[in-house]
Amino acid sequence: MKAMLFGFVAIAVIAVGAEYTLDQMGWSAAEQGASPSNVRLGD
Amino acid sequence: MRDIRHFILGCIMAALAVVVLGSWLSPTTANAQEAGSVAAEPEIDRSATGGATTLEDIMRRQQGLAVDNTFRSENVGNPDTAAGLTDQLGTLGGASDPDLWRGMRFNAADLTTQARGPASDVLIQDRGMWWLLFREGPLLTYGGYLLLGTLAFLALFFLVRGRVKIDGEKTGRRIERFKNFERFGHWLLAGSFILLGVTGLVSLMGRKFLIPTFGHESYAWLATVSKWVHNNVSWAFMLGLIMIFVMWVVHNLPDRTDIKWLAKGGGLFGGGHPPAKKFNAGQKMIFWSVIVLGGSISISGLSLLFPFELPMFAKTFAILNTTGLPEMLGFGVLPEAMTPHAEMQYAQLWHAMMSFVLMAIILAHIYIGSVGMEGAYDAMGTGMVEEQWAKEHHSLWVEEVKQRENKAPGGATPAE
Repeated sequence: MKAMLFGFVAIAVIAVGAEYTLDQMGWSAAEQGASPSNVRLGD
Repeated sequence: MRDIRHFILGCIMAALAVVVLGSWLSPTTANAQEAGSVAAEPEIDRSATGGATTLEDIMRRQQGLAVDNTFRSENVGNPDTAAGLTDQLGTLGGASDPDLWRGMRFNAADLTTQARGPASDVLIQDRGMWWLLFREGPLLTYGGYLLLGTLAFLALFFLVRGRVKIDGEKTGRRIERFKNFERFGHWLLAGSFILLGVTGLVSLMGRKFLIPTFGHESYAWLATVSKWVHNNVSWAFMLGLIMIFVMWVVHNLPDRTDIKWLAKGGGLFGGGHPPAKKFNAGQKMIFWSVIVLGGSISISGLSLLFPFELPMFAKTFAILNTTGLPEMLGFGVLPEAMTPHAEMQYAQLWHAMMSFVLMAIILAHIYIGSVGMEGAYDAMGTGMVEEQWAKEHHSLWVEEVKQRENKAPGGATPAE
């Protein structure tokens, strides 16, 4: 039963870790759909 | 010999994949319309409208019949006939305003945009409607029936066959079947798969079933949670998949005992227990289904996780077209040039189709590993199984274990 519980805990840890890591790496949907070059000011 | 066996296995897997894909992608009306198939369409005289849409076109579309849109999609202006820049309307570049709108409608207009996101210059994606109809139609219907049918079959099977009991007298002795690490990998994969299956169904069935039942407010919350879980738990699934492949592939290579096992139907309906090694033929089929389908789901899932970054269908279709297989099966030539959105739509459909098939297989796996067979759950629960159970279901494996125990000095259990 321990192995099962460890497996389930690992799922939670990996999921939270993935969210945090991808966000840190700039892979959030918001960042992927945006670019500083989009806005042209002063033209 | 082993190579031949691998090749045969590969052929069977490929054939299964084609059959499953074929049954799902049988051309529908919407499909035919999208592909521009106009074989059944009579010639329509459009002289009265000057070549524009006629009442007959509109009526055919409303009836869901095939409509040849080429008279519109190809009528997007001709830069070669453009008037000089200084002439009247010269700045339009050979395309009138209606030509330009049609160009936008059929993704033929030469657009530039300040938005730098992927595929941001596709203003209208024609194929989107076909995808939506297919997703809410055949995909949901057949997928749903497949799962319900599997559950009904398993319930019927339980009523007819009952629980597979341990035939002989229990010995009280236990043999280690799976180590902690193996069971950890199994539950990592199993737990994540169940989460992904449930949240995937929530995402797919929201508009059709959940919103009408629970309302927009409740579903909005559920959809947000489901999306987060589905996106992030996917990594645990992929890790689990790699783990079980590495740990168990050696034990899952097909051999001669599988033929005998299959010939006896696994002993499910009497006739004694056919001999089996660590995994019997039924378990091997489950293993390879998980690896092949799970692998395919993972790859298409990665394509969906990183939108527009990992397109794979145009290339796959091009390779398939060179084999001539799609035409032979009546699908015609598969599209080799598609918008980035179409790539994502194909990835989503494939992802869902493979998932439905794997879910059905796993339902059967869960059944036989729990209520369906006495003593089976212990293998993954504690890792220790009743010796009599092991002798009945994995006789050759028990012999191997015993031999190794006898060889080891002092009768100690050696490491596997």
